[in-house]
Amino acid sequence: MARGARLRRPFSIKRQPGFTAIALFCFFALYAPIIVLVVYSFNSGNSIAVWEGFSWRWYRSAWENDLVIEAATRSLIIALCASLAATTLATMAALGTTRTRPYRGLTVVYALINQPLMVPEIVTGVALLIFFALIKVATGYTGLLYLITAHTAFCIPFAYLPIRARLEGMDLALETAAADLYATPWRAFRRVTLPLLWPGIMAGGVLAFVISLDDVVITELVKSAGQETLPTYMLGQLRRVITPEINAISSVLLAISVLIVSVFFAFSRKGD
Amino acid sequence: MAALDLEPDPDRRPLTIASTAERGAIRRRWFLTAPALLVLILAASGPLLIVLAYSFLKAGAYGGVVWEFSGEAWFKVVFQRDIFDGTMSYADAHLSILWRSIKLSFLTTILAVALGFPTAYFIATRPPRTRNLWMFLITIPFWTNLLIRTFAIMEVIRNEGIVNTVLMSLGIIDEPIQMMYTNFAIALGMVYVYLPLMVLPIYASMEKLDFRLVEAGYDLYATRIRVFTRVIIPLVKPGIVAGFILVFIPALGAYVTPRILGGGKNMMLGNLIELQFGQGRNWPLGAALSITLLAIVMIALIVYVRGTRRAAGDHG
Amino acid sequence: MRDGGGTTKGIAVRGVSKVFDAAAAAVRALDDVSVTIHENEFFTLLGPSGCGKTTLLRLIAGFESPSAGEILLDGAPLAHLPPFRRPVNTVFQNYALFPHMSVMENVAFGLEMLGKPKREIEKTVNDMLRLVRMEELRDRATNKISGGQQQRVALARALAPRPKVLLLDEPLSALDLKLRKEMQIELKRLQKDTGITFVFVTHDQEEALTMSDRVAVMSQGKILQVGSPREIYEHPAKRFVADFIGETNYLEAEIVASGHGQAQIRLSSGAQIAASLPEGGRLTGKVTVVVRPEHASLTLDAAKATFSGRLENIVYFGTDTHYHVRLADGSLFTVRMQNARGHEETDRINAEVGVILAENAAQVLRD
Repeated sequence: MARGARLRRPFSIKRQPGFTAIALFCFFALYAPIIVLVVYSFNSGNSIAVWEGFSWRWYRSAWENDLVIEAATRSLIIALCASLAATTLATMAALGTTRTRPYRGLTVVYALINQPLMVPEIVTGVALLIFFALIKVATGYTGLLYLITAHTAFCIPFAYLPIRARLEGMDLALETAAADLYATPWRAFRRVTLPLLWPGIMAGGVLAFVISLDDVVITELVKSAGQETLPTYMLGQLRRVITPEINAISSVLLAISVLIVSVFFAFSRKGD
Repeated sequence: MAALDLEPDPDRRPLTIASTAERGAIRRRWFLTAPALLVLILAASGPLLIVLAYSFLKAGAYGGVVWEFSGEAWFKVVFQRDIFDGTMSYADAHLSILWRSIKLSFLTTILAVALGFPTAYFIATRPPRTRNLWMFLITIPFWTNLLIRTFAIMEVIRNEGIVNTVLMSLGIIDEPIQMMYTNFAIALGMVYVYLPLMVLPIYASMEKLDFRLVEAGYDLYATRIRVFTRVIIPLVKPGIVAGFILVFIPALGAYVTPRILGGGKNMMLGNLIELQFGQGRNWPLGAALSITLLAIVMIALIVYVRGTRRAAGDHG
Repeated sequence: MRDGGGTTKGIAVRGVSKVFDAAAAAVRALDDVSVTIHENEFFTLLGPSGCGKTTLLRLIAGFESPSAGEILLDGAPLAHLPPFRRPVNTVFQNYALFPHMSVMENVAFGLEMLGKPKREIEKTVNDMLRLVRMEELRDRATNKISGGQQQRVALARALAPRPKVLLLDEPLSALDLKLRKEMQIELKRLQKDTGITFVFVTHDQEEALTMSDRVAVMSQGKILQVGSPREIYEHPAKRFVADFIGETNYLEAEIVASGHGQAQIRLSSGAQIAASLPEGGRLTGKVTVVVRPEHASLTLDAAKATFSGRLENIVYFGTDTHYHVRLADGSLFTVRMQNARGHEETDRINAEVGVILAENAAQVLRD
């Protein structure tokens, strides 16, 4: 690092001493544990610290574990339903809250939509636990709908934000132009608004899907007996002897996340 | 947040009567927004009121509540009664957990700023082509399951983990260093999982930083440190404050990280709350603790909103 | 209003007002505006930003509805028609080309919405692209072509459905000077070729003067004067019109005699000259008179001068030179004279010079 007035290297406006080192350390620290985790998922031994050779053993073991497959299926069902519902609702809400003159109640609408982002998950989880317990007693229904509803609710803001951003960046004149060119409001929406909004909707849907798939706290509190999702199953397993099977499951989830984030990046870039 | 200021003044009556077209637009707006609001009220906002109500009820013997008004739960948040002579004293267990939650959240946030700011600065000063790659690298952990990342940290620091194994095999230590189930482990884990939440907002305001202002600073005889403290920091302050909130709030309500890395002894508020609905079987107390946590979070948010408003007012 | 009879072809705007109910206060964007735009006319709404010209355009297109008054197209009221039922198309300020469609798809959009048969759409699109000379770029994405090309696509798109009226909202403002000049000529050609009524909105006086058949000068929600470019420039009726278009000298005067749109006026220097009277202006008393700088010249022969003053400054402009003359009453009078080849610039600053006004140079203002 250049120091004082001696200028051992050419003066750079942007350089701050030590920052690059800290940044590189951060990137290293962020990835090292994840890489270790993935590497040991291929360990042929039982340990997650002593390397005994490469093998797919733990992936096979996870694949043959009925509990894992069942939990994974349940996770997928919930994430698909919740992200689909949340994205639909968020798209409608975004259309209803943007590009209008501010109206009375808009503040309350924003507060409601963003509420899941502000209230700690544990509090929402507890609230839903109590609320759903009342409904379970009243109706006797104990199915997956509770989890799907809960996931839909907290996924809405994640789906809403990219869709709203997209809408706000959209030139209002485009829809005016469509109307000027004889498109009825519905056709203007179908032919102009929706296609232009599509990347935002995809981004919102993908985020909602990941958020739902990853949720631990609310699911842990809301789930009825036997309704393990993959994350709650893993959390439960941590109490027992840990084998690289957990690493294998984690690695698969990790791969899905990376894939989805890549898709998300691709979509949010498109059309910019 | 800006919408708050744009709220139409209720005293000022509209000068023209809304036309039928405008009334149609209003109806369509609510029709579009209502379903989302309904779900949110049903499964996010509404139940909070039930929590508030439950905090004033009596605990049932096997969980649940007895529908009878009682201040007992709120009393228990702060005080405990001696089971033999009934004397009152502060509920040390609860207060120490509350204190630990606040302390660890602050520590986490401070460390996250110390690490996250240089990281954001580093990314923002990369050439545009590689900048996106670095952003991508920060975003991936952000969207990776928090449980998995906590789990990864655990594997690294536990007694049989890679750090201890390597240190022992090198002969530096004879016995593994106990890192798991300590406050250190919780703080380390939380910094690790929440760091991207700090980097992203700081980067967002750093990206808008006009480096000609930095040049102007140097031109006017400021040293590197003074340019940093007098020009760069004030300009990216909104990002730092936003990062502070984004890290502090989830840290305060953290559940997974302290559960895995802190174990049963080093609980945080989130774990204490969960305990009341599990083995503790004291739902009203859990509800009261939840409201307490929510109140602290709301205070932090209000301070934040006030602060950013004032800052916006200063410059506007 | 008188000339806006019910069966006239073209657009009749009758007593239209538009009030915007903004958060702070009601804004009167248009204030009891009446104007008739004839069929096949290149009509320009000229005024500074915020004068209401774009609002009037949006009312004709149907994007806004008037707070009072009515707009007729070929004698039929438009009020109950939404924009997508009006035979009126718009070229938007920033073109508003659909970014997810190709050039061709953009041009075809209106025809498709009208449910025209495929073959006809194809033919019309080809004709239109040929008309604006964009045939080669038909399959391009609209964000992959230059500003001038986007402009042409926007024109083709708006013309393709053969509207009765084409509205153009400052369509040239985003182009650079050279391209703007080209497009001015192009637009004029298109208007002649298609025979469609063009209503053109601009704040650029030169654009208005060079392209239009008639110009309406607007300010603060009102139309101040409607006339041919020559009328507007040479016989401004109001101080705002005179000010907004070109450079102007103001002289205080008194009417001595008047009749048939002409008057004898006495200037404050004592000289008596002939001047044109505005329609509906006063016929006696004190008035303000405007004289364009190029309608005056300088002389050293005091006998020929209408009035005289001290030459205070000379500003060289290339094609012509401006002479600033300080008059006896303290006001400044500008004379613009063309620079002839071989003409020698003599330094006569501070000299007493005479000003000669050309015949018919003086125009009395209404206000």
